Amino acid sequence: MLLIRCPYCATERPEIEFRHGGQAHVARPADPSAVDDAAWSEYLFFRDNPKGVAAERWRHVHGCGRFFNCLRDTVSDRILATYPAGAPRPTLGAEGAR
Amino acid sequence: MKFSFASVLSNALGGNAAWPAQWRSPEPKASYDAVIVGAGGHGLATAYYMAKERGLTNVAVIEKGWLGGGNTGRNTTIIRSNYLWEESEAIYEHAMGLWQELSTELNYNVMYSARGVMMLAHDRHDVETFKRHVHANRLAGIDNEWISAGEAKAFCPPLDVSPTLRFPVVGAALQRCGGVARHDAVAWGYARAASAMGVDIVQNCAVTGIRRDPSGAVAGVETSKGFIGAKKVGVVAAGHTSTVMAMAGVRMPLESYPLQALVSEPVKPFMPCVVMSNKIHAYMSQSDKGELVIGAGTDAYTSYSQRGALHISEHTLEAICELFPAVRRLRMLRNWGGIVDVTPDRSPIIGRTPVAGLFVNCGWGTGGFKATPGSGHVFAHTLATGEPHPIAAPFSLDRFRTGRLIDEAAAAAVAH
Ligand SMILES: Cc1cc2nc3c(=O)[nH]c(=O)nc-3n(C[C@H](O)[C@H](O)[C@H](O)COP(=O)(O)OP(=O)(O)OC[C@H]3O[C@@H](n4cnc5c(N)ncnc54)[C@H](O)[C@@H]3O)c2cc1C
Ligand SMILES: [Zn+2]
Repeated sequence: MLLIRCPYCATERPEIEFRHGGQAHVARPADPSAVDDAAWSEYLFFRDNPKGVAAERWRHVHGCGRFFNCLRDTVSDRILATYPAGAPRPTLGAEGAR
Repeated sequence: MKFSFASVLSNALGGNAAWPAQWRSPEPKASYDAVIVGAGGHGLATAYYMAKERGLTNVAVIEKGWLGGGNTGRNTTIIRSNYLWEESEAIYEHAMGLWQELSTELNYNVMYSARGVMMLAHDRHDVETFKRHVHANRLAGIDNEWISAGEAKAFCPPLDVSPTLRFPVVGAALQRCGGVARHDAVAWGYARAASAMGVDIVQNCAVTGIRRDPSGAVAGVETSKGFIGAKKVGVVAAGHTSTVMAMAGVRMPLESYPLQALVSEPVKPFMPCVVMSNKIHAYMSQSDKGELVIGAGTDAYTSYSQRGALHISEHTLEAICELFPAVRRLRMLRNWGGIVDVTPDRSPIIGRTPVAGLFVNCGWGTGGFKATPGSGHVFAHTLATGEPHPIAAPFSLDRFRTGRLIDEAAAAAVAH
């Protein structure tokens, strides 16, 4: 079970308080009818699925109820950073760069 | 070498010391007509049918670990074909047909046991969904029948069907030809038969890159044992498909999740069939060794850690203890995880990719073991001819652009 730090509640809480929300920073095309099928399909279905550092959304459903983003190493499952939704993806130091 | 009563008897008399290796372990050649990445059941079956039915034996299967060590050797081996949509019915039933004679075909006992797969319904929504499945399946000539709670109890006596349960059993869909097979034997049987026809299976050799020629077409693969040339490359790497396809610059509509299973200490014959409940998430059958084989869910998040969180298996065990009160004091012996590649519509992707010469067979997610013979059979056609087999055609990568999804997720919410 992951221990996840909610950036709003500023506490580390067990994973079962949260709901995973998929890849972070996936922007919906501003004008869906203006993009072609390939771009729309990319938005709907294609994901990075990295073996390494992933940026993902979590929602603190049994806490403040808010969405935030998280950087996690998908090999070790170690959480490297959590940050509020809307904030840019933080750059990691040498430690997170594996 | 052919297994027969005489060979088993003579080897038994010789203390079983004279059995030969079941497949060759060659060093890779400089090039092949085709290279398959991943020696799981699907990759090995693909190689087998390429050699057997297409006469293509200048083929290598490249495996980073040991053959069958991925999801093939980690799954709970449930086999059934009662999926909802016609496309799925066709491919899973194709596999179901091949399972019937597979031991004879491979001269290797894969221990396919048609003991029946019973899927429990717990509420009105389940009843309506399952009856819809039963009707759809029967229209397609696929075995599936609706049975009452009493009949479910008669079919599987240790099941608790009392109406006082939090999620009482109100009926079930039963596929009698469904069942289980020995997962390792499936990988070994295909490996042995493919190797005997000349296919090179190269273990402990990771594919680290996909080389392309100036036209952009595939030229071969970089591996930890050097470059191997091939004009055709078939990627059958399950949970690692995204990472392998990225080597050719191809993005995939896949996410990789850990999926767990666990087994109990062995006990006397306890249950005669496979029981599944999607609603409360529990699956169980009994292996021939006597262990109860239990499937848990995926973790909530994508990961390559190849182990699952404890609360996921606890959740499943709570449901198992509710359905089968007699198992409450059993000890669990082992638990483990595999990395499953999940598509947005929970159906596989089989066929061509945007890169010439590069083919993919993936996205089987939590439920591809049952499809192993059929998947290998249709993908062999694709690799041999460059065209999708009619059964595989709907499962194209392109469906995520055209929108022709095969939405088994919404239809059934079914795993395995
Ligand atoms: C716990 C669990 C329970 C399951 N239960 C069921 C069930 O009851 N019924 C069912 O039908 N299905 C079930 N499944 C799903 C099923 O196991 C898979 O869909 C199926 O086995 C996939 O077979 P495969 O040959 O494609 O993959 P795998 O057996 O995983 O083979 C892929 C191979 O590719 C290799 N590979 C990866 N990357 C590279 C590389 N770079 N270079 C070389 N080789 C590479 C891997 O090492 C691996 O051996 C379950 C899965 C799990 C994990
Ligand atoms: Zn919070």
